Amino acid sequence: MISTLRPALVLLALFTALTGLAYPLAVTGLAQLALPEAANGSPVVVGGRVVGSSLIGQSFTSKRYFHGRPSATTGADPADPAKSIEDPYNAASSTGSNLGPSSAALAEAVKARVAALGGGPVPADLVTASASGLDPDISPAAAALQVSRVASARGLPEDEVRALVNGSTMGRRFGLLGEPRVNVLALNLALDALNR
Amino acid sequence: MDADLLSFALFAALLVAIAVPLGAYMAATFAGEVRFLAPVERALISAAGPAARSEQRWTSYALALLAFNAAGFTVLFLILVFQDWLPLNPQGFAGLSAPLAFNSALSFVTNTNWQSYGGETTLSNFSQMVGLTTQNFVSAASGMAVAAAVARGLAARQGRSLGNFWVDLTRSTLYILLPGALLLALFFVLSGMPQTLAASLDATTLEGARQTIALGPVASQVAIKQLGTNGGGFFNVNSAHPFENPTALSNLVSTLAILAIPAAFCFTYGRMVGDRRQGRALFAAMALLFVLGFAAIYAAEQAGNPLQAGLVEAGAGNMEGKEVRFGILGSTLWAAATTAASNGSVNAMHDSFTPLGGLVAMLNIQLGEVVFGGVGVGLTGMLLFVILAVFLAGLMVGRTPEYLGKKIEAREVKLAALTLFIMPLGVLVFAALAIAAGTAQTSVQDAGPHGLSELLYAYSSATGNNGSAFAGFSANTAWHDTFLGIAMMLGRFGYIIPILAIAGSLAAKRTAPPTAGTFPTHGPLFVALLIATILIIGALTFLPVLALGPLAEHVSLLAGRTF
Repeated sequence: MISTLRPALVLLALFTALTGLAYPLAVTGLAQLALPEAANGSPVVVGGRVVGSSLIGQSFTSKRYFHGRPSATTGADPADPAKSIEDPYNAASSTGSNLGPSSAALAEAVKARVAALGGGPVPADLVTASASGLDPDISPAAAALQVSRVASARGLPEDEVRALVNGSTMGRRFGLLGEPRVNVLALNLALDALNR
Repeated sequence: MDADLLSFALFAALLVAIAVPLGAYMAATFAGEVRFLAPVERALISAAGPAARSEQRWTSYALALLAFNAAGFTVLFLILVFQDWLPLNPQGFAGLSAPLAFNSALSFVTNTNWQSYGGETTLSNFSQMVGLTTQNFVSAASGMAVAAAVARGLAARQGRSLGNFWVDLTRSTLYILLPGALLLALFFVLSGMPQTLAASLDATTLEGARQTIALGPVASQVAIKQLGTNGGGFFNVNSAHPFENPTALSNLVSTLAILAIPAAFCFTYGRMVGDRRQGRALFAAMALLFVLGFAAIYAAEQAGNPLQAGLVEAGAGNMEGKEVRFGILGSTLWAAATTAASNGSVNAMHDSFTPLGGLVAMLNIQLGEVVFGGVGVGLTGMLLFVILAVFLAGLMVGRTPEYLGKKIEAREVKLAALTLFIMPLGVLVFAALAIAAGTAQTSVQDAGPHGLSELLYAYSSATGNNGSAFAGFSANTAWHDTFLGIAMMLGRFGYIIPILAIAGSLAAKRTAPPTAGTFPTHGPLFVALLIATILIIGALTFLPVLALGPLAEHVSLLAGRTF
């Protein structure tokens, strides 16, 4: 019995030190030295102020900004912390809607979002909740659909806004991987820079 | 579409290009020929004591594995329950409840990594690193040790020894998992993944709202959870989180990392038993099943949700619960890989998949996690089916079945057949119990047939040691934490012990040279028989209940019915 327990306990302790402490701390040290920006969450700093992370979406509701995808994240209700309320793009608590394909709630939500955009068909990503609730991107078609609204809210020529969208569109990696996309925060920062 | 096809071809080519040399390297590792960390290895083995220096029969090998996992379970359970007393808890999270800690500890010790908890809202950095990351390594290494032992048993010529568990555990960790995870983690940071001990980044958004962005030692944990078919993520939404999978490139590399070691094990096995064709045949069977599963999930998700026809532009596919940067291909390739390989990490919400897409993901698990499967245990699970397949072939031609020159007799077939009860017990019996007790109905999120799918997926995932979920299912109740925990144990040790017993009994047998009457187990005929065995057993067991869940939902959707 002892002859089996000894290696079990000794190796568990040593592997905990090696893989549970030394390994993550070594990676942390290397990452902080070599790639501090990524290692600390890719912050976007404007005028000395952190306005977000380039990888994490944020909630946009103003007509002057491009909007991201619907987000299913929730947060604590400020009135009653025991309850949770809708809190889109809550980056402290990621979640998708997890609604099944035959869910009536999903069908109605999609219908309402399409109606709010003036009727379909619209790009699918703009009316469906992302997996993380923090999706930083929209499809180029979803951005194109919002050009006229943003342009009129800002009093900018549509062509200028469209050019900005085209400039912010990232293609597939190596022309192959992933999908073409527009980072909503980067696009909106570019918009703000234009108006300034 | 064309880009999708090319992406898949690139993925497949890269997988083979990685698996073949990695398989050779792993075979060399288990043979003790890889020695670049020899001083560390020697220090670990000598600290472990005399038990780590003797040859072990299958019983001592299994006992060592059980003792190690029992110790791991106890320590992890205590860390989780008392995390509020331990350091590195910047958010001041409370200790976990006993049922949740029981479930989570079993989950990581059995290499399932089912997450009943929400990572960034429940666990301290200490729990994530010292508790979970450690088990991510050693639970994977335990599975790899089992595969090495079984391969030795089949290669043995009237011997008794299967090797030494402590040595296999140490070598798997030192030479395979640790270097692999280190490289992968650094690549992940390069692609944008955070790696810090800070808890969050505070931002003021463009619209003036406060945004608290959870951070942590993400890259180090993600690297090993992908490589070791663990799957337990740092964040609640796992690899769908932009910090856990920032780009299309990190997505491709992560998907490859899921399958790399399980696929390589086929080639390791071929080398260890001294007949590489045997390994290639297993790889062929697994690869065919994988491609079939992937194609089905891809087609279902690309077709989209019929309820959204006319509302969304055609051709975009079912985007609910998916991320734009991955699209349909990146999401479905991952879904196929993670369910085939018992990894369980996700980059899209399986709960929101179309009924048929979700069905195939679930079936991948229900087949017993043998399509590549978990590191090590996927291969040994496949060998159980091999034994059944040669037995069936033997019945057809009326000869005593043989595999690698070893006679497969009553004892081996009985043990292999015994394992066929594990999946139905964990999935069908436990799901039925939950329904009868009324605890299923209160935990499902969706009404109608999808609710049944959520329940089935949970128990399939636990028994298959997968760990992914239809995440709408509220699993964190005392009932489900307990029963899912038991299912995970059954699904882990209910396979490992019988296959070690089979290896022990085959090791002692004489190896007969092949004759004209020997049924070759490396040709296309055998691969077809093996695939048929797997599919028939899986289909007979699960089709009836799948008809009540996903298939019924599919038909309802076509009829425009919602719930």
